[in-house]
Parts: sequence; structure tokens; C-alpha cells
Amino acid sequence: MKKALQLLTRSRRAGTLVGLFLLGALLSTLSPFFLTPSNLLNVMEQTAINAVIAVGMTFVILSAGIDLSVGSIAALSGVVMAERLHAGWPLGAAILCGLLTGAGCGLMSGLLVTRGRLPPFIATLGMMSVARGAALLFTDGRPISGFDESLRWLSTGRIVGIPVPVLLTIVLYALAIVLLNRTRFGRYVYAIGGNEEATRLSGVAVGFHKTLVYVLSGVTAALGAVLLTARLNSAQPIAGMMYELDAIAAVVIGGTSLQGGLGTLGGTLIGALTMGVLRNGLNLLGISSFLQQIVIGLVIIAAVLMDSLVKSRRR
Amino acid sequence: MTEAPPLLQMSGVCKRFPGVIALDGVDLDLRAGEVHILLGENGAGKSTLMKILSGAQPRDEGEILMDGRPVSIDSPKAARALGISIIYQELMLVPQLTAPANVFLGKEPTNPLGLLDLDLMKSKTAGLLEGLGIAIDLEVPVGQLGIAEQQMIEVAKALSENARILVMDEPTSALTASEIEQLFAAIDRLLARGVGIIYISHRMNEVERIGHRVSVLRDGRKIGTYNPKEVAIEELIRLMVGRAVGDHFPRRRTPPGDEVLRVEGLNRRGVLSGISFELRRGEILGVSGLLGAGRTELARALFGADKKDGGTVTVKGRIALVRSPREGIAAGVGLLPEDRKTQGLVLDLSVRENVALTSAKRLSRFGLVDVTAEAALSQRYVDELRIKTPGIEQRAGALSGGNQQKIVLGKWLATGVDVLIMDEPTRGIDVAAKVEIYELMNRLTADGAGILMISSELPEILGMSDRILVMREGRLVSTFSASEASQETLLGAALGQAS
Repeated sequence: MKKALQLLTRSRRAGTLVGLFLLGALLSTLSPFFLTPSNLLNVMEQTAINAVIAVGMTFVILSAGIDLSVGSIAALSGVVMAERLHAGWPLGAAILCGLLTGAGCGLMSGLLVTRGRLPPFIATLGMMSVARGAALLFTDGRPISGFDESLRWLSTGRIVGIPVPVLLTIVLYALAIVLLNRTRFGRYVYAIGGNEEATRLSGVAVGFHKTLVYVLSGVTAALGAVLLTARLNSAQPIAGMMYELDAIAAVVIGGTSLQGGLGTLGGTLIGALTMGVLRNGLNLLGISSFLQQIVIGLVIIAAVLMDSLVKSRRR
Repeated sequence: MTEAPPLLQMSGVCKRFPGVIALDGVDLDLRAGEVHILLGENGAGKSTLMKILSGAQPRDEGEILMDGRPVSIDSPKAARALGISIIYQELMLVPQLTAPANVFLGKEPTNPLGLLDLDLMKSKTAGLLEGLGIAIDLEVPVGQLGIAEQQMIEVAKALSENARILVMDEPTSALTASEIEQLFAAIDRLLARGVGIIYISHRMNEVERIGHRVSVLRDGRKIGTYNPKEVAIEELIRLMVGRAVGDHFPRRRTPPGDEVLRVEGLNRRGVLSGISFELRRGEILGVSGLLGAGRTELARALFGADKKDGGTVTVKGRIALVRSPREGIAAGVGLLPEDRKTQGLVLDLSVRENVALTSAKRLSRFGLVDVTAEAALSQRYVDELRIKTPGIEQRAGALSGGNQQKIVLGKWLATGVDVLIMDEPTRGIDVAAKVEIYELMNRLTADGAGILMISSELPEILGMSDRILVMREGRLVSTFSASEASQETLLGAALGQAS
């Protein structure tokens, strides 16, 4: 028991990973379909959008911030991209336009936090409403549907048998892990979240890097919107409701501290997969969606509870 | 002489942590009405012993007796019920609440309707503080009061729980000279009431001043208990570190070189006004003054951490705007801030990452961090500064205060500063580590840097500075050369007495 606890304290991620495997083992005994390759790929596909959005969220939370606006940003950048596609723009240009929309929203949140000195909660709460309203206004409240194969391929395509969204997620995580662990920007994100004043007094441009964190979060929200639009073959101004909470949950289940400064992207990916596996498993078992919400809520609480118990033991 | 059993008797206390014996059969006793001073370097076991006494940690072996009867202290609550209170260096008050609300936190008296009896809380608090000889505004949040006043509120809180044993952990580290006198007066009143005080300090001059007995801990063992009137300070220091430390303030003065910093008419509204001075290469310029005289504000304005409203700063003959720490660093200025935990270090990052934080730009290409170069850099400073750490990947927060301060120093050595501002460079650091920091200051000045050293410890200012500036109410009031200054002249100038 003592050894197990030591292992947990040494690697917060290990605990989450063990949890994920236990969950998988349980579900595979309960449902014969769970462990089939097609179902597992299905889980990863469903997880992709949340996992992508949670990348930016991880950076934000590591910097001791929070971003409540990612769901709304996903909706807005989704409809902007869709409108451009219908206007006849090539796919790449339309996607870029969507990503820039996300980046722009993130930039505004970031400047409100750094220049306006608003608490991140308030700044992004405002942005959440503004971006949602803008998406509704822009589309007059109607979805923009029907795209050609090239966009649809991003959802349905396969490369060596692996769905494109899964591949994109893996590539994104690989890039983001390098960004977080091997670049100055990533180092400063940890440092700012750990002790903003000490970081500032070390000559780091804290405001600039903090702003960048929100821009990044806006961009990954927009990337999530690309996958979502491709999957639904439709961009909806009311899409992405509550996505911010799923992303935050994935980050937190992954062991990242809401106080900032501690956490990993690997943990977030495991967190997102845990939520995906749980949803999928509960569906396979035919459990009502009402009950599912309760179970997921309990899992989030249990994950963080475990973490704080381990931490208090360490004291 | 037959006497009543001592108020407190701890015998054979042992505490083992994985891999370390923190306490090895320590005996300690305390009589009613005495101050028993506990000396020891950081890591000697003082805080572990006090944590055991206050119920914050269980002991592995040993006995604790009060009034000759064994007692069981298995939780902080049990300790408080027995009348044992501890006042930590970091005060445990809720800054947003008033003094009465803090004193009665968790044991608020209520009236028959179940509502808080605010009047009773206030009158009792006022009574307790009066007993300590202190008057404090009971209406304002304690966060708005000075550190000394907050400390008195903690003492009052302990008294409200009928404390018979009071543990004070470096109570004077953040106090000014006059506040220290006030604290000592309050301590005398407590002693007269029969309270026993265990007093932890790094300030050697306090041992003789208030201690009835002094015990020295080293490496988890008690070296001995002495009468402070009979043991010289040098001897106590030798017992603490297990070897002779030699000169307390090993300043090696060198003839100052060219001017490296010139400050003219520096202003910051309401905080600093009309400050002018110059600093030469190889010089340590001490800045003395009371708490709140504007010393830290001067440091922060010079470095660019706070805005200034007027005046010019010239570094190496060139006007430097220093509107941000980045510009300060670019001009060649570094700041060792007052509080290493909240301003100097990112505790969750490793030693390597902290040392490299100021040099990240130099050590990266296209934004990619060069971990090998960082490791080489930080290993170099770990070796040079003799930072005691299991390795450069160790979390900075896990190291002792002296080693943490060396990391902050390493950060600035790594960037190669010409002007280093040090704000209370040795606060909360044990004696041996202090001397090491002083030696590093010698090395820096020998290499041609200029140091501006802010300190509240007069012996340190006198022992290490070449010249001394005294500040009062945001102004520079006097300048002394090291040879003409004394504790009395500095204090006199700081208090505004004509000397």
C-alpha cells in the first residue's frame, strides 16, 4: 500500500493511467463489444474533439488561468469556416480563416487578462457569451450544412486504417508536447503558473506569454471546430455547448493542478480518453444518458479527490 | 534546591523520516516564566521538535511531561487544549478579518439567539492586547496592520486559549528595532504571568538579551543547554555548526572602481522622493532604515519592477529607462528580492529551470530550450555556490532557505549582472549559509560588480557595507562611510533624531 502510494505521488499520471486501464478492463468484461478494434477506434474518434480542445486548455490551466469560452469559440470559428467554404474558398484557406477567428477571440481574452487585469474567469466568461452571440448573429441562428468530400475526409478518411481525426490528434499532441516541454514558451507557462511574480522579476515578458496562452487555446478550440464540422457535415451556431467543461474535466482528471504550474499534456490526453471510454462504455451497457451524467460527474470528483488525498498524505 | 517539576519536559524524543533521522533522543525542558532559546542551523531539527510539541507530527519515541505528568499530544487540537501554542514565522491570520474575529476564530462566543457576540469578542480582545501593553485598531482587517501588530494578535490568540507554553519561531525576523523592543516588553509581561516561552532565533544578539537558557541542536541531537551569560556568542555558533565559522562578516574591501550606477532625483509618488546616489564597481552600498522607509520600493523602482514617476538611472554611463524588469536586466541590473519564496523562485520548478529562468533566451535557439546547456549552466552554479541538492532536477521548493537563496543568486550570476540589488539577502538563513552568501558578495565585488544591499540587520549592514545610505519616509537622509557608522548613528538617522 505504501509503495503504491509512493508510486502515485511520484507520477500523478500513473494513477490516472491505471484508472483508465481498470475502467477498460471492467468494461471489456461487461460488454463483449468494448474491446473490438472498431469500437476502440470509435472511442478515440469521439474523444478527438475534446482532446484537441483540451490541449489549449492545458496550457491555460498550467498558467494558472481558465478559459470558459472554448465552446463558444468553437461554434463561431466553425460557422466562419463553413461560410467561407460556401463562398467558394479552398479548404485550406477556409480552415485558416476559422483558426484566425479562434486566435482573434483568444487574443481578446488574453489582452483582457493581461492588459485589463481581469480575472481569467471573468474575461473568458464574457468572451463565452460574446462569441456565442456572434456565431448566432453571423448565421442568423441557422446551421450551415453540406460540404464537399475534402472536408468530410477529415472526419471519415483513414490512413493505414487509422481514422484521420485520431491521427490529427496524435500529431497535435506530439507538437504541443514539444511546445510545452522543449521551448521557452512552454517553460514560461509553467513558471508563470508556479510563481508569476518571480517569473516577472526574472525578466520574462509575462503579459506577452500569458496572452499567447489564450491565443493558443482559441486556436485549438477552432481546430476542434474543424473536426466537429467535418463530422456533422454542418456548422451550427449552437454547437460546442459545455465543451469548455469537458475540456476542463479532461485536464483535471489528467492530474493538472487548477492552481497552475503542475501538470502534463500526457495526463490531459489520458483524461480525455477516460471520459471517452466512460461515455462509450455506458452507451454500450445501455445506461440512460441521465445516469451517465451522474457517473461522469462522480468520476471527475473521484479523480481530483484521489489527487488531493495523495497530496495531503505527502504533507 | 527542591523545586516543582518543570512546566514541560521532553525526553528521548526520536523522529525518523525515510532515510533521515530528524531527531535522535532529544531532551528539552522548560520552566514557567523563562525564555528557553533554541538554536540550530536549518535542518538541525528545531522545527521537527516544535512540530512534535504542537501535535503537528507524531513522534516515534520519547516522552512528554507537563507538570511532571505524562501527556499525550496526538493532534494540534490536543496540544492547544494542554495550553501549548505555536506562533509560526509565517503568521496564521486571516488578513481580511479584524483582530477580534481572528482571535476568536473557531471559538466565537454567541448570544442566546445564536448570533455572534461581537461586543464580547471585542472587549476580550482589547483586554488581552492591553495585557501585552499594546493598543491595536480592532475595526480594521488585520492585513492592513503591521507585521508586529499581527504578531501581537497571534500572541493574544494564544493567550485566549490559556496558553502556558508559547513557541515563537523567529518572531523578530520581520520587525524593526523599535518593534522588537515592543515584542520583548510583551514577552516580559508573559513571563511575569508564568508562561514559558520556547524561542527559535537566528539572531545571536537576542540570545543574551532575552534568553534565560539556550539549547543548541545539531543534526537532530541536542549538543547542550547553556546559560547565555556564561557562553560567548562565538562559542554558540561553533556549537551550532560543529566548527569555527571564523569571521562573522568576512568583508574583503577593495578600492572601488568606476561608477557603475548613478541615480538622480528618483521619484515615485507617495513612496520615494528625490533619491540620488552613485555606486562604484567593487563597492557594497548598504541601505538602512526602518520597515516602510521605502528601501524595498527603491530596489523595485531601480530594477523596473515598479514604475517611477521621475528621475534618471544611469548604468555604466548610459541612461537606462528601466520600465520593466526586462529592461532592468538588459541594462545589467539584477534583483535578489525580499521574499525568495514568493518573488525569487518558482518552487515547483527544478533547480535547473530556476537557474536558467533569467538566461532562457541566451540558452535557446528558435525558441527551443537547450536542456544540455541549461544543465551545464546550473550544474556549474550548484558546484560554485555549493548548493546542497540531490541533483539539478530537484524541486527548488524542497531545498532549505539558504540553498534556495543561493539558487536565486545563481540566477543572477548566470546572466552576468553589473549591479546587483539584494533585498534582505540573508533573512531566515542559518549562520553558516549567511557567511557563504557574504563570501559570494565578496567574489561579485572582486569581479567588478556593484552591490546595493538592503538589510534590517544592523550588524550585517555595518559588517558588509563600504558605504551606508539611510532612508526615512521615502527619502535619503544620511550617508555614512563604514568606518564612521555605528548601530547608534544608523538607528538615530533612521528614526530622524539629530545626531
